[in-house]
Amino acid sequence: MLKPHRHHPLWFAFIVHRLSGVCLALFLPAHFYVLGLALNNGESLDRFLHWTEHPLLRWVEFGLVFCLAVHMFGGVRLLALEFMPWSPKQKTFAALAAALSLLVACLFLLRAT
Amino acid sequence: MARRLGLHQEVLQVNVWRGNASGGKHCHYEVPSLESQTILDVVTWIQRNLDPKLSYRFACRVGMCGTCAMMVNGKPRWTCRTHVRKVLDNNTLTIEPLRNLPVIKDLACDMSEFFDKWDRAQGRFHPSKTRSDDVVRIPPTSVHRTQVDAAIECINCAICYAACDVVQWNPDYLGPAALNRAWTLVNDVRDNNQTVRLRAVSSDAGCHNCHSHQSCTTYCPNEINPTASIAGLKRATAKATLSGKI
Repeated sequence: MLKPHRHHPLWFAFIVHRLSGVCLALFLPAHFYVLGLALNNGESLDRFLHWTEHPLLRWVEFGLVFCLAVHMFGGVRLLALEFMPWSPKQKTFAALAAALSLLVACLFLLRAT
Repeated sequence: MARRLGLHQEVLQVNVWRGNASGGKHCHYEVPSLESQTILDVVTWIQRNLDPKLSYRFACRVGMCGTCAMMVNGKPRWTCRTHVRKVLDNNTLTIEPLRNLPVIKDLACDMSEFFDKWDRAQGRFHPSKTRSDDVVRIPPTSVHRTQVDAAIECINCAICYAACDVVQWNPDYLGPAALNRAWTLVNDVRDNNQTVRLRAVSSDAGCHNCHSHQSCTTYCPNEINPTASIAGLKRATAKATLSGKI
């Protein structure tokens, strides 16, 4: 996958955006299933919520929040690229999207632990 | 080989892809290292001294004609202007034909498909005036002329086409060079074929396929920005669709 011609920051920005989208697509059915438990099976939901308090799950949630943030900021970057006048600072914008996403995920982790 | 090159001569280890459309393999050569040596110099030295059957393409040798592009250590390069010392990896060079184009023989690719796509993207100028009309006066600082200037110096080397993953995934995709050419004509106020062109570039294989990897921009030897041109086409086609023109 990492052929030499792909070794540049904006290709990495693309693959991070794509992989985070795949992770979110895999997460959403599980998310909706758990939400559905609130309507049909309160006890199961409580057991599941108790299970999610495990410290390891906090790191999984950190990854999930990072995926959500990086997909959103990456999407905003692409919309700006396509619909606004061209800026030569494309690498800076990609780095900014990654930094903001990491910041959001770290803030979530600090609040959660 | 060492005697032939001279015992104290530094030697480059060079792997060159040899074959044709039905397949091939890398062949190993040892080439003397020289001052200010380009990749094209290395290929030429192999052909003149080791294997006269090696096929490759070049013309001007000064970065104007766009014929000598090849993959060098996995990246598309114009070989006449690429210095060996800048791309040498562990004293080794791997030289292959351009990606995404059919091979004719060894390092020479068939460029027909690449130029056919220029036609399919309506890359020809369609005049709106006759020779009896006055010359259209276009201020060099006008928005349209500035957009054209930024994209017009393409030398048709196909480096952007070889760098593009979307071309690999969708062989019908028009590609960065053809769409960049179309963008220069979309900004040509003298052209009389804009609706047909916008329809062509917004087809299934057109500008909306671009994933904005920006590999075309990263490797363009003339520092043209096809991604910006394609983004311009996306805006122009969106506007034309909303206003019912296409």
